[in-house]
Amino acid sequence: MAHVDRQTWDVVVVGAGGAGLRAAIEAREAGMRTAVICKSLFGKAHTVMAEGGIAASMGNVNEGDNWQVHFRDTMRGGKFLNHWRMAELHAREAPDRVWELETWGALFDRTKDGRISQRNFGGHEYPRLAHVGDRTGLELIRTLQQKIVALQQEDEREFGAYDARLKVFQESTVTRVLKTPAEPGTANGGRVCGAFCYERESGRFFVLEAPAVVLATGGIGKSFKVTSNSWEYTGDGHALALLAGAPLINMEFVQFHPTGMVWPPSVKGILVTESVRGDGGVLRNSDGKRFMFDYVPDVFKEKYAQSEEEGDRWYDDPDHNRRPPELLPRDEVARAINSEVKAGRGSPHGGVFLDVSTRMPAEVIKRRLPSMYHQFKELADVDITAEPMEVGPTCHYVMGGVEVEPDTAAARGVPGLFAAGEVAGGMHGSNRLGGNSLSDLLVFGRRAGLHAAAYAASVTDLPAPDEEQIAAAEAEALRPFRAGDEEPAAGAEPPENPYTLHQELQQAMNDLVGIIRKEGEMAEALKRLAGLRARARRAGVEGHRQYNPGWHLSLDLRNMLLVSECVARAALERTESRGGHTRDDHAAMDRNWRDINLVCELAAPHGGPPAADQIRLSRRTTPPIRPDLLELFEQEELAKYLTDEELSR
Amino acid sequence: MSEQQTGQSGAYQAHFRVWRGDPDDGGLTDFRVEVHEGEVVLDIVHRLQATQAPDLAVRWNCKAGKCGSCSAEINGRPRLLCMTRMSVFDRAETITVTPMRGFPVVRDLVTDVSFNYAKAREIPAFVPPEELAPGEYRMQQEDVSRSQEFRKCIECFLCQDTCHVVRDHEENKSAFAGPRFLMRIAELDMHPLDAASAAGLDRKRTAQDAHGLGYCNITKCCTEVCPEGIKITDNALIPLKERAADRKYDPLVWLGSKIRRRKE
Repeated sequence: MAHVDRQTWDVVVVGAGGAGLRAAIEAREAGMRTAVICKSLFGKAHTVMAEGGIAASMGNVNEGDNWQVHFRDTMRGGKFLNHWRMAELHAREAPDRVWELETWGALFDRTKDGRISQRNFGGHEYPRLAHVGDRTGLELIRTLQQKIVALQQEDEREFGAYDARLKVFQESTVTRVLKTPAEPGTANGGRVCGAFCYERESGRFFVLEAPAVVLATGGIGKSFKVTSNSWEYTGDGHALALLAGAPLINMEFVQFHPTGMVWPPSVKGILVTESVRGDGGVLRNSDGKRFMFDYVPDVFKEKYAQSEEEGDRWYDDPDHNRRPPELLPRDEVARAINSEVKAGRGSPHGGVFLDVSTRMPAEVIKRRLPSMYHQFKELADVDITAEPMEVGPTCHYVMGGVEVEPDTAAARGVPGLFAAGEVAGGMHGSNRLGGNSLSDLLVFGRRAGLHAAAYAASVTDLPAPDEEQIAAAEAEALRPFRAGDEEPAAGAEPPENPYTLHQELQQAMNDLVGIIRKEGEMAEALKRLAGLRARARRAGVEGHRQYNPGWHLSLDLRNMLLVSECVARAALERTESRGGHTRDDHAAMDRNWRDINLVCELAAPHGGPPAADQIRLSRRTTPPIRPDLLELFEQEELAKYLTDEELSR
Repeated sequence: MSEQQTGQSGAYQAHFRVWRGDPDDGGLTDFRVEVHEGEVVLDIVHRLQATQAPDLAVRWNCKAGKCGSCSAEINGRPRLLCMTRMSVFDRAETITVTPMRGFPVVRDLVTDVSFNYAKAREIPAFVPPEELAPGEYRMQQEDVSRSQEFRKCIECFLCQDTCHVVRDHEENKSAFAGPRFLMRIAELDMHPLDAASAAGLDRKRTAQDAHGLGYCNITKCCTEVCPEGIKITDNALIPLKERAADRKYDPLVWLGSKIRRRKE
């Protein structure tokens, strides 16, 4: 084995989106030497794709807003499966996290009195989303990026080196979280002691030694064919956690955003922001009907307008009218669109119509939705100020993720491992509200950085990662280059093309574990995943290690396959429909499932045949909701979600 | 044209020439590749990867014109691969894709853009006003709009690639921040609450003295290639020159104001 470079840091943050950068800022400000490692260039993370805004109950537009109302909306949106403590922390701390961004140079759109403007969004009772047109994610990432640079400038003045205490390793990938050996006879299965990485540009391996690793890698959307997610979203952090021995929860809950582009084919899945509806856009079927009025579920009946007239009045007079049903939570709208298309009332390219052109003057559309105007004009030849868009559901977000301790973002079972943002589970329950992601990144990114720093400072006796572990990680990463000549016992099986494997995986997940699920299809998906896992072991690449995308994809396949199995296995197990998990064969929500989290763990931590099941499922209940939080709801509403036994406590 | 069409509105075979190589050696490689309706150049590069050249290096991320990763040159013009539709080309046309010329090649279409990150670090950060606590910032929309335009920048670095001050003049790179980072200075300078001057920092002067504003002779190449349509020259660089000229005479400011007036 060639010598692998080692560097020592206090905290390693994997991922440079909103959560990762916020965690890194906090850890560095706590005095820890912090390394950030990310697959793309610094400042390109998927957070830039977020359009609508950051949810925070600042009450700038409607004074009735406060953290309790935000908490309530979040729990309703997640159909009460959320870990209530995370939802509480999130709602309480989001305003401070937004205001803090202004002190780092962010420039949000303003209200008339000069405060941060806030817009309406699905599931939020009041206008709550701080925004910059429809490019809020870009503003967030750039602000955090520039804050990191500001901290580096401080270090340059103090130590003569920008990277002295905060360094970004860009275009680099982590393939393994490294641990200390398990201590036999104790419950200690080993602590985090570093990360094994490769530099994409050179293919060079390196090890970052550190007592604390924060996973902030985002989601899993690239396992699905139609998705709004970028290539980076291959479930890396989810898989790294599993492989390190940490459990994932709620993996069956995958959000299909109701409005992705459907045409042309090459842009299918690209997001059309919910702001289009928040600002007045309406959904129509091929008969011209605003069909959402037919899809308001019982739990939300009292909160949404019954007629178009009432819905339209709400934009100007929200105190005396109810909101239009286009602003139901995303899972409801996505299912409704799916049903309309299936019933033959879809648009020419298999979506429905989303129209702002008849609702607002052209110049208002261009000012409030500039990216959408640009995106449709450039990519689809559609002028959204003059004609409706065609939209349909697209895989957007995974609610499930690493099971964390709510206050500290520490992963369960692996000391030194933390997770924040989309890769963490629990915060959003069964369905995330729009706008709650950017605030989640900031609230829990900060908490993860803070507690990772405190943990790292407390560790004094950390052994360095052992050579054996590093050699194994290196061999695993190099396997695709030996696909042709390895394992002669397997016979004459040729190497597999990683691109083909990826396409087959995406097709299987899209068709069999997509927006509407059936038992038989999910069982079939698990069979196909087992076959793909066996073939992925033979994924082979040409060329060398320097910036070789085929090689990178071969390595990402391991993660996508692990995470896909979690989704399929948990979805098969949960025999009810709730939020981002819809069963055709169990169409109703079942109160008995409300506090049950399905937990995914690695079945054989030390390997085993690839075709065998990799994931073991178990159940864990969320602790009872604290009484003062329950009191924020009417008894009548709680009765729709909680069991009689829970209500009688 | 017709012989290349395989269907009226469906797929056809296109002729691509893609630069392949590394810092030591490289050249254009010819490909015949299928193109479907509505596709962009990045789709075709991905098809080449999946079917003919699995190790073809290309940098990309969002594929929606929002992240600024997939910058390259198409038929010699700096563009985003993900926002360049195949329909803008004649079907018989040979489409040549090369890496950005302004930066050193890493491999194939991927260039080393670290110049930009180094320059970003040299621009002094936003200075928060000491007297205001978080949550107390009050700004009017018309006052933030100017800086907001510049914050639309996706850092694709096409302006840095095309700017003739550095495109073929490596020797100017150390003294010149480039349009993207001069615009960053303008953005901070126009920020209604930036407290730089209170902290003893004169952003206009540093633009001129430390970041090479004087090298810019407002040919507007940067503005022309900006995929976000930011008026870099008119709205950022010329006003910055005007402000800088309060202290230091710059004949280009005079010229710039004439050009702008003529357009109005």
